[in-house]
Amino acid sequence: MANFVALLIAGLATGALYALVAVGFTLMWQTSQTINFAQGEFVMLPAFFMLAAMNHGAPYWVALAIGVGLSLAILGLAFKRLLVDPMLRHGVLPLAIATMALSSFLKESVKTFYSAEASPFPSPAPSSDLRVLGVAVSWQSLAVLVAALSAVTLLQLGLSRTRIGRQMQAAAQNPTVAQILGLPVERLILYAFLLNAALVALASALVSPIYLAKFSNGETLGQAAFIAAIVGGFNQVRGAVVGGLLLGVVENLGAAYISDAYRDAIPLFVLVVVILFRPNGLVGRAEERTV
Amino acid sequence: MTGAAPGRIAIAAGLAVAAALIVAPLFLRRYGLYLVSDWAVMTIAAMGLNLTLGYAGQVSLAQGAFVGVGAYSAAILTTHGWPFATAMALALALSFAVGWALGYPALRVRHHYLAFVTLAFSTLAFLVFRNEAWLTGGVEGIDGVPRPSLFGWSMRPPLAYAYFCLAALALAAAATAWLIRSPWGRAFLALRENPLRAQSLGVDTRRYTLLAFAIGSALGGAAGALYAPLVGLVEPPAFTLALSLNLLMMVIVGGSGYFLGPFLGALIAVMAPEWLRAWENYYLILYAALVMGLLVISPTGILGLVDRYALHRMAAEASAARTALKPSIGES
Amino acid sequence: MAVLEVSGLSKRFGGVGAVNDVSFAVQEGEILGVIGPNGSGKTTLFNCILGQLPPSAGEVRFDGRVTTGMSPSALNRLGVSRTFQLLQVFPRLSARENLILAGQEHRGGMISRLVGRRDAGLGGAADELLEFFGLGRLAGTRAGSLSYGQQKLLDAAMAFMSGPRLVLLDEPAGGVNPSMLVTLKDRLQAYHAERGATLVIIEHNMDFVMSMCARVLVLAEGRTLAVGAPAEVRADEKVIEAYLGR
Repeated sequence: MANFVALLIAGLATGALYALVAVGFTLMWQTSQTINFAQGEFVMLPAFFMLAAMNHGAPYWVALAIGVGLSLAILGLAFKRLLVDPMLRHGVLPLAIATMALSSFLKESVKTFYSAEASPFPSPAPSSDLRVLGVAVSWQSLAVLVAALSAVTLLQLGLSRTRIGRQMQAAAQNPTVAQILGLPVERLILYAFLLNAALVALASALVSPIYLAKFSNGETLGQAAFIAAIVGGFNQVRGAVVGGLLLGVVENLGAAYISDAYRDAIPLFVLVVVILFRPNGLVGRAEERTV
Repeated sequence: MTGAAPGRIAIAAGLAVAAALIVAPLFLRRYGLYLVSDWAVMTIAAMGLNLTLGYAGQVSLAQGAFVGVGAYSAAILTTHGWPFATAMALALALSFAVGWALGYPALRVRHHYLAFVTLAFSTLAFLVFRNEAWLTGGVEGIDGVPRPSLFGWSMRPPLAYAYFCLAALALAAAATAWLIRSPWGRAFLALRENPLRAQSLGVDTRRYTLLAFAIGSALGGAAGALYAPLVGLVEPPAFTLALSLNLLMMVIVGGSGYFLGPFLGALIAVMAPEWLRAWENYYLILYAALVMGLLVISPTGILGLVDRYALHRMAAEASAARTALKPSIGES
Repeated sequence: MAVLEVSGLSKRFGGVGAVNDVSFAVQEGEILGVIGPNGSGKTTLFNCILGQLPPSAGEVRFDGRVTTGMSPSALNRLGVSRTFQLLQVFPRLSARENLILAGQEHRGGMISRLVGRRDAGLGGAADELLEFFGLGRLAGTRAGSLSYGQQKLLDAAMAFMSGPRLVLLDEPAGGVNPSMLVTLKDRLQAYHAERGATLVIIEHNMDFVMSMCARVLVLAEGRTLAVGAPAEVRADEKVIEAYLGR
């Protein structure tokens, strides 16, 4: 039983991370129909910004700030202006393919220009375990869980309680009407991208201490985020959270109880099952179609 | 397809290219012949995907898996002494059937959920290839896949097999061209351009979409059956999601929905490593940058760019024609 | 027996009733007009009849057969066709190809459509119909290159290509210039007279409706406000108020 609880918590921690990454993914889709196949690499990259800063002597928190800043500039602003904007009019697929190329570009760039080896990454949390009710829970997992869930909760509150947040939601649901109502739709979309950049930077700082900073980190995370977003319901931020947590837990439990050989199929199996029975995801709403 | 009459220039260019393709292999050495064969095989797979994506408007992330299905079918049969023709037939039939089976429930749920189901299938197929060693040789795969003989002539020499692949490509292209020009092709185009309107005209969009996907998958299988003897060794890593994504990229970069798109896309995918060979370490980075750049410049692919220009000219001509016809239509 | 019978049709979107308990019948060979202020539910009514949207309540019968909720393509194959409010020809196909598309699913079977003739044997019929609508010389032109009015004519022709018993036209006159309008009305009336098709027309253009239709149905806020001959309806106080009042 203790084992199960430990797995559950670890699963929630992983899931919280997935949720973090999936939320940004969903935001980009909602506001601009962007499917970002480079999302995993977006999570991989900021850690390297931070490492570079630390290699030049910057203390942890400064490096973190630099990482977030660079992430906002490159993965937020530059990404939107240089890649997304020119291609938006032509439908979903060309942009999706371009982000696939981007994913490869970022991965190979880090591998070539920084290192092909895994680099250790510091964490503000101690590496020991905490004992709660006879179960060993790592401080790391807790840190990830708390940080990720806080970020997501803050985001949710921000989206539903602030004026800008509600404007963003409106722009996402119906950009044409939003524009007619005078909302600065372009800017709101930019905010969505910047938000994503911030979220992935946070995720990067959280995941790198555990898995070490490596150029290939993006692969599994990217796929997980994609699946989490869909399972949750592609058109709701809340759904991304639900999807992420669910996926993390199922994956961890599945890894322990299901044969090693087919473990990789678990996330996709979950995906297909959910889609078949609830086509809009667990939390999603049916998209309105204009006839 | 690209609108009305292809024009004399296009036909002449086409014949020149075809002639070049027939003659060129004679001047190539082993590696060059391998590239030509690889290009032919990839084009067939990309053509299939183009049918699904470019004509029926469905995203398939499993084309690579179907290539795998075809490759393993061919490998298993031919290494047990069965003739290549049988292997090809199985590859086609099996891929078609699996495609239909995947598509049937997926399309019932929601139109774009085929993408997810194919994603799942892609992973599942890879896992089966890797784990079911009794059938597929597991991690080690199947080695020594023989090349066929045609009327007693062995296709084993690189030159012969290159011509074999080119001939297969020609056949597949002819069949696909026929399909696209038939009423089926018209229905495919309709359901891509405007499924709502198509339905209101009696087009059973679901059935045609399913057909396009199943036929596209079958072409993937055919490509696989040709691929196996080409490389001789069939192993799981060759048929991962990466291949599916690569094929997708070929279709988009070449120009989705254009008949020649896959030809161009496959050319770029196969030749890029060669052209970028000088920058060995940076080849992948440059290739990725190339793809991104191409797409930013022309999201509708290379042929999309060409078409835009041609459309521009045709619109001007039609405008002139309309002006000349005004009196007979009663417009003021 | 009425060609089209709608009974108690309702369609709700969330709490909003776009169509509320609408009933009417269309006799064979009739031309029925459907008018009403914007938002009165006309297009939604069409969409429910034609299988585009499942109705929340009510029944639709075509030639006595219940067709409620049948898919648009199945309905079309039974002999019901439509045009849309927003022009929907296939711009990349030629005018002739558009018509062939409109007719091909009504001939032969899947196999003959694969291995048979490219034009499914409809080339001649398509040309004939194009000629009828005055578009003969534009047969080979890409539909996207035609003028708006010409495309509207093509759109109508597409609806007629399969020789339907019932045709529902959603604002066929929308955005068409006056002289082209004359041609459109003329051709619709000619088609109706020669082939005896039953037509139901949603329109805002009053002159168009009043001169073409023997009977007019008025909708307001999703309900039937009045139904009768054009002159009656025109003089009906409730109708006048619906359009001018509020």
